[in-house]
Amino acid sequence: MTTAHDSHDHGFAHPVSKKLLYGVFFALVLLTIITVVANDLPLGKLDLWVAMGIASIKAFLVMAFFMHMWWEKGINIVFFLSSVLFAVLFVGFLLLDTDSYKEDVEIFPVDLRPGATEVISPLKPVSETPH
Amino acid sequence: MSNPSLAQQYFGHAAQHNYLNVSKGWKSWAFTLDHKRIGVMYLIGVTFALLLAGVFALLLRAELFTPNKMFLSEAQYNQMFTLHGAIMVFAFIIPSIPAALGNFVLPMMLGAKDVAFPRLNLMSFYLWVIGTIFLVIAMITNSLDTGWTFYTPYSIRTSTGVVAATFGAFVLGFSSIFTGINFLVTVHTMRAPGMGWFQMPLFIWGLYATAIIQVLATPVLGITLLMLIAERLLHIGIFDPKYGGDPVLFQHFFWFYSHPAVYIMILPGMGVISELISVYSRKKIFGYSFIAFSSVAIAILGFLVWGHHMFTSGQSELVTLIFSAITFTVAIPSAVKVFNWLSTMYKGCIALVTPMLFAMSFIFLFGIGGLTGLFLATLRTDIHLHDTYFVVAHFHYVMVGGTLTALFGGLFHWWPKMFGRMYNELCGKITCLLVFVGFNVTFFPQFVMGSRGMPRRYARYDIEFEAFHQWSTIGAMILGVGVVIGFATLVYAAFRGPRCAGNPFGAATLEWQSSSPPSFHNFDHKVEFTSPYDFSTQVYDEELDSYVHRNFTAPAKPAVPVQPQSI
Amino acid sequence: MSIEHGVHHDGLHGDHHDAHHHGKFIAHHFDSAEQQFDAGKMGIWVFLVTEVLFFSGLFCAYILYRYHHPEIFVQAHHFLDKVLGAGNTIVLLFSSLTMALAVRASQLGQNRSVAIYVLITMVCASIFLGVKAVEYTHKWDMGIFVRSFFQYDDHHHAEGISRYLILASIVPGALLACFGGLALLGMTSKGGFEKAFWGGMAIMVLGYFIGVGGGMFYMGMSGGEHYTPTELHHDIGIFFSIYYCMTGLHAFHVIGGIIALAWIYYRSLACHWRPDYFGPVDNVGLYWHLVDLIWIFLFPLLYLIN
Repeated sequence: MTTAHDSHDHGFAHPVSKKLLYGVFFALVLLTIITVVANDLPLGKLDLWVAMGIASIKAFLVMAFFMHMWWEKGINIVFFLSSVLFAVLFVGFLLLDTDSYKEDVEIFPVDLRPGATEVISPLKPVSETPH
Repeated sequence: MSNPSLAQQYFGHAAQHNYLNVSKGWKSWAFTLDHKRIGVMYLIGVTFALLLAGVFALLLRAELFTPNKMFLSEAQYNQMFTLHGAIMVFAFIIPSIPAALGNFVLPMMLGAKDVAFPRLNLMSFYLWVIGTIFLVIAMITNSLDTGWTFYTPYSIRTSTGVVAATFGAFVLGFSSIFTGINFLVTVHTMRAPGMGWFQMPLFIWGLYATAIIQVLATPVLGITLLMLIAERLLHIGIFDPKYGGDPVLFQHFFWFYSHPAVYIMILPGMGVISELISVYSRKKIFGYSFIAFSSVAIAILGFLVWGHHMFTSGQSELVTLIFSAITFTVAIPSAVKVFNWLSTMYKGCIALVTPMLFAMSFIFLFGIGGLTGLFLATLRTDIHLHDTYFVVAHFHYVMVGGTLTALFGGLFHWWPKMFGRMYNELCGKITCLLVFVGFNVTFFPQFVMGSRGMPRRYARYDIEFEAFHQWSTIGAMILGVGVVIGFATLVYAAFRGPRCAGNPFGAATLEWQSSSPPSFHNFDHKVEFTSPYDFSTQVYDEELDSYVHRNFTAPAKPAVPVQPQSI
Repeated sequence: MSIEHGVHHDGLHGDHHDAHHHGKFIAHHFDSAEQQFDAGKMGIWVFLVTEVLFFSGLFCAYILYRYHHPEIFVQAHHFLDKVLGAGNTIVLLFSSLTMALAVRASQLGQNRSVAIYVLITMVCASIFLGVKAVEYTHKWDMGIFVRSFFQYDDHHHAEGISRYLILASIVPGALLACFGGLALLGMTSKGGFEKAFWGGMAIMVLGYFIGVGGGMFYMGMSGGEHYTPTELHHDIGIFFSIYYCMTGLHAFHVIGGIIALAWIYYRSLACHWRPDYFGPVDNVGLYWHLVDLIWIFLFPLLYLIN
């Protein structure tokens, strides 16, 4: 990817070519439009994964070129990606666990729950639970 | 060979310009960017927090002297143990070794003039001040009775000052993050020429591993506490079952930070001990790379065990099993360290001076604290021991027996470097004895009563536990006296102790190549980088009553005082 | 270690007469410009790590609630306007582009270009906030608050300008008056530095009103959301709790970004950037791209649910 650099040397400054930056921007806009349009397609359960896939591609473009990660020192890339790894670890363990006590949490009596139920009642009562 | 007259000129008592006298006035301290001064300010701050929370501990123990009410009501008791825990954890233990000792020592050990971001360093200190003020405000206005863990839903319902306290902890979290970022970057980019990763002193490895945890775990605490504040003020329904929220989720969030935070508390202590054992055994550290890697291994494994605080919370069996198994593996790197320290001492030339005595009591106490952790990692026994005094004794053996002992050991070791004056050896030894004896008398009975079913956080108890509680209270008083004598010894030494030169203990790490106290720029001459554990490089100089590096050469022109930079 | 690299002889200004071979902006504890740059760069990356983990807690809450209650999310997304969300996404992407161009210009030492690009970035950030203000206040008008205050009132039809929107615009309005006044004062002084700086700030705040205007125009055209549910899930407020937490925290980061960018703008006008000293632009840029990055994920997660 050294072609993306301007040829003249500036020590540790490595300016990226304007053409590349504009190209990345247009790709990002295109992907935004695609994701909005894809949202209306009948994709069923795939819907979320398509949206997340497109978002990931956009994230890659921003990180690699706008954030210069493509040319970045390895250690900084390792640091940054480790944050994603730890966030995934965090979410992963919670997803493994959350089903086991879901019912214990949700048995909290609905009639003790203030809020939306009363407000919606003028429209249509949500449940038969007496107040 | 060292040149005596030159050495005298550079390290002697005339010790020219140092960081303490380079500028005067309160502003020169309040706005300083010098890592040494910030370290000293941090030290004063955390000592204040330690004494404050220590007084709470003594009050708690005094109340528990009899099974019935003496002077604290149940509600006051709840508030007191909460404040003891919250202030000790957030305002004392977490910043104690890294931010106070580490700030002073880390750049000098690397041969650098300062940390990478001095302004961030100062900001970290002021965030510590602000956070602690919020904790104290919570304490004096509305108090706090949730336990230091702020578990929902109680923390949403209680009328005490949860918002002020959690905001304080949130700010303290940022203070800790900034210290972590600073150390991480300093270690990566500012090592002395020629110092590779595996030539760094092991204290640096400990601080580096700590910084990794501070950076990766503390933000999660930040967002958790923000969400708790939002839950309490606005009832956003994420943690509160009344609004469809999930209170166990809070425990997951909280321990995702707070378990790794346990290693923030102990890893720097382990780093200090690695230095002390090697210096006072006058022997190269045994298994350098094992100790270094075990620090990083503990830091990483520490992220994978948070669920062991939640074995009885309704967590799923699968997750419980995974967390239990990984918890056992933490024992491996911990044991590696202990074995390496013992091997270093084996056939060493051991000097039984105060820092070494603290280091040896650390090994003993940490051994007990670590091994009792295995009882708690075992699922079956944990169900029995959960929320009993056994747990209280276990983590105090690690936090107090480990971290506080290491802090004291480190302070006595680096005190001559920080202030250029020697402490009284006898007083130091008395401190060590009182702390060791008092600590064990306090907490060993707690293992016994815990295993017999005495629950933690209770203001009243059954008469069968009375003897244990009374021993524990007596021990706590001895420990309190020991800590006070320790600080009195150090403070007296800082002002009135006999002066000492650059390297009285003959340690080989770079900070000892400066004068004592160090000059504003840390080193006035070329730093000779050699292995941190090669003691043959240090030559005793009778005139100075101190060691000097055998290749020491003074620069062509004598050091000029430099004006310190301020914000 | 980069010590042997020493000082960079760039010959741009020929102003390194410093005895210690230190440039004007090299702190005393660094050996070289490159060491300082590397340290700053690593520092900002590590800071971004903490930012990602800071947001991870909210993403976690989102994922768990969506996992347990997909029906809430499907129902609630009808209250969010895709077009405004997508428009804001593009505004942020464009601001990222101009930020990247600003970094490039600073690496070449073109201070004037840096100032212009950074100003555009700030204006985009303000437009983003303006649109966000329209979206928020429109929801508040309908009683769409966090869980405990959620009181959806379908019969409400906004007549004229929302009171909430006027309240939200007080601070930007005051800032606009303030910056505009200072810029006018700056007209009288020589050199034009004050004029350029405060004028830029005023233009930046103007962006907010452009965003508000655009958002309201769109709302008027499309008539806002007219979603009339027959039956609302009793916990639907939790979605909005998460929505306000995530977008609110993101908006705070945008405001923080604007402050940092204003500092860069100031220093660009003072011509501080040189090929061997542009770290602050680069680092603020990285922060700004992260703010964009988080929005790239927030947009589909909150607005595009089926």
